[in-house]
Amino acid sequence: MAQETRPKPVSIAYVRTAPPAQVAPPMTAHGPLRWIKENLFSSWFNGLLTLLVIALLLWIVPPLLRFLVIDAVWSGADRTACLPSQEHPEVGACWAFVREWFSFFIYGPYPVDERWRVDLFFVLLAFGTGWMLWLNAPRRDLGALFFFVALPILTVLLLRGFPLLGLPIVDTTKWGGLFVTLIVAAVGIVVSLPIGVLLALGRRSDMPAVKLVSTLFIEFVRGVPLITVLFMASVMLPLFVPPALSPDKLVRALIGIALFSSAYMAEVVRAGLQSIPKGQYEAAQALGLGYWRTLALVVLPQALTVTIPNIVNSFIALFKDTTLVFIVGIFDFLRTIEIARIDPRWATPVTSFTGYAFAALFYFVACHLMSRYARGIERRRSAAERR
Amino acid sequence: MTERFDRAPPRISPFRDPRFRSIAFQVALCVLIGLAIYGAVWNAAANLARANIATGFAFWDHTAGFDISQTLIPYRADVSTYGRAFLVGLLNTLLVAVLGIVLATILGFVIGISQLSNNFLVSRLAAAYVELIRNIPLLLQLLFWYNAVLKTLPSIRESAVLPGGSYLNNRGLFLPRPEFHGLDAVVIALAVGILAALAFSYLLRPRLKRLSRATGAAVTAMLVVVPPLAAYFAVGASVAFDYPQMGRFNIRGGIEILPEFFALLVGLVIYTAAFIAEAVRAGLMAVPKGQTEAAYALGLRRGATLKLVVIPQAMRVIIPPLTNQYLNLTKNSSLAVAIGYPDLVQVFAGTVLNNTGQAVEVIALTMAVYLVISLATSLLMNWYNARMALVER
Repeated sequence: MAQETRPKPVSIAYVRTAPPAQVAPPMTAHGPLRWIKENLFSSWFNGLLTLLVIALLLWIVPPLLRFLVIDAVWSGADRTACLPSQEHPEVGACWAFVREWFSFFIYGPYPVDERWRVDLFFVLLAFGTGWMLWLNAPRRDLGALFFFVALPILTVLLLRGFPLLGLPIVDTTKWGGLFVTLIVAAVGIVVSLPIGVLLALGRRSDMPAVKLVSTLFIEFVRGVPLITVLFMASVMLPLFVPPALSPDKLVRALIGIALFSSAYMAEVVRAGLQSIPKGQYEAAQALGLGYWRTLALVVLPQALTVTIPNIVNSFIALFKDTTLVFIVGIFDFLRTIEIARIDPRWATPVTSFTGYAFAALFYFVACHLMSRYARGIERRRSAAERR
Repeated sequence: MTERFDRAPPRISPFRDPRFRSIAFQVALCVLIGLAIYGAVWNAAANLARANIATGFAFWDHTAGFDISQTLIPYRADVSTYGRAFLVGLLNTLLVAVLGIVLATILGFVIGISQLSNNFLVSRLAAAYVELIRNIPLLLQLLFWYNAVLKTLPSIRESAVLPGGSYLNNRGLFLPRPEFHGLDAVVIALAVGILAALAFSYLLRPRLKRLSRATGAAVTAMLVVVPPLAAYFAVGASVAFDYPQMGRFNIRGGIEILPEFFALLVGLVIYTAAFIAEAVRAGLMAVPKGQTEAAYALGLRRGATLKLVVIPQAMRVIIPPLTNQYLNLTKNSSLAVAIGYPDLVQVFAGTVLNNTGQAVEVIALTMAVYLVISLATSLLMNWYNARMALVER
């Protein structure tokens, strides 16, 4: 191999012999300035939009913060605390009003001495929901039994009363506030899930009569507003049963909510059933399983797991819809706010706004957490599928 | 060994035969439902007779005897019938639903597209809007707009005077009402123009192949605009304004926009727009990124890419959820009852039901109206969807 002969390096004035010193990239090509340029001012139109949005935020956020936090009145005995005065020319939200009415928002007119029963109900509900929502919890079958069978019975005994056990009867006209909202929502989910599964199966059934009945029910309920279903339950239902059996007002509203949410749940479950490949049914049949065992052991466990995020989402919708029972005269959380905000003892220009802000905060936090949970489940599932 | 196969098939108990079981189950179901309906009807008849409440739709022609705060058609408490009241309520529902759908679609598309903006602030603001609005119950929002915002406006005496002779106070917004003279000629001319334009674009234009798009559009526009204008000047029609007059206790004349209507419309639009925005975002994200890149490679700008490439494809994904939201908005307009806007539910399932006590007829009719609206909307959107659907081999 011929030795490579290299020319001897000749020093030429204009040829570099050492690498140049590194120069930092221009200000606009890295760091926060680059980020600002790319994300906020990438074109004149985007720049204009950015300025507009900043103006909008400046217009909304500082006054809102001033109103809700800085100028807010946190304590006081009655309306005078929340009226503009010499030392307090600008008055923000009247949180003192919320503080005074807080226990009414939670318990409504429930007798004060019996409120521990409501607290116990909250604990039981939290326990049951936690068991159902924590997907790796031990013995979730027991959890389901607790949530769908034991909890409803315990709730009725606890809140309505059971004189044999020394729990005096508290009539449902004395129920109100947050716990009624939770009861309406819980009844909606506890009843709608089994009925919804049955309706979804009915709609996919081979039997024409079953299919027709399920489809008619689902489409009918989904085609009308919840208000009319509630009106139907509260006005028409008493006509359809003998007067002696006429259910009380809260039960009627609960029946309306249960019917309504069952129809929506049926569609959610049906979507889940459709996602199960036909091979699963055929494999179960090949193993000699009958219809119900195929469903219980093979199809439903898969279909329901797939639909958990959608079930949670439809529960969020249901949770928001529970506010409508207020129109048929049930004391739910929103109704207690409506009652409190027109209390003459707290009549100030800011009382309504404060009450609504408090209710909005409550619903926002609750629904936001639930949708975070649904999204978390979805992410977990897609991660499991990628593996 | 062989004789085992020659045996006649074993007799199966009919209770183990799937066909028999299926028929028996369906018959049992039908009998059960029939019995339930029979029992309900029997009970209802007995209960109604006991309470001395009439049945049937005879009340339809009785005088209503109550006032309605917003009537799109002539209505008088002492003369008009319950049937008329029903119609007034229905029109009020349709008014708020149609306006709400149009406005919510515009706002929803703007916010949905903003969510995908490459401007950080814009996309975050849009996302925050959607997250906030979707998680607060509509009823609460309506009560907020009505009780906490519109009711705190100044009273009639201290009305805010807006430019153009309008007044704003806690009883509503009072606008000048345009009054046309010789309107009929203009309307007839407009109808003729529209017919001519339709005839032109569907019958004549397909044959004129050399006509460019722009010329065609111009001719269509001319056909719609010119005849009414010509009629306007030919008849000597004129427009006058009926200005609202500030009285001692109330404002007379002009158009009165009720705060109930305004609160309902604002609440419905803001709430539904958040859901439409989510549908739009999902639809836009369903269009493959290659489509956008290809459009950029062809030299289209961002706006043109969106308009000509992305949105037409996204529409196929967007339309089904959009239809759902339109139906939801229409159904949610029944929440009017909570703030006292005289919609179908408030007038008919509220006042008329209380006056007549005929719960079954009134509720059934109210539900039937919503069912018909739902069915009609989904038929219309299905037809539109079929037209927009991808034409494949």
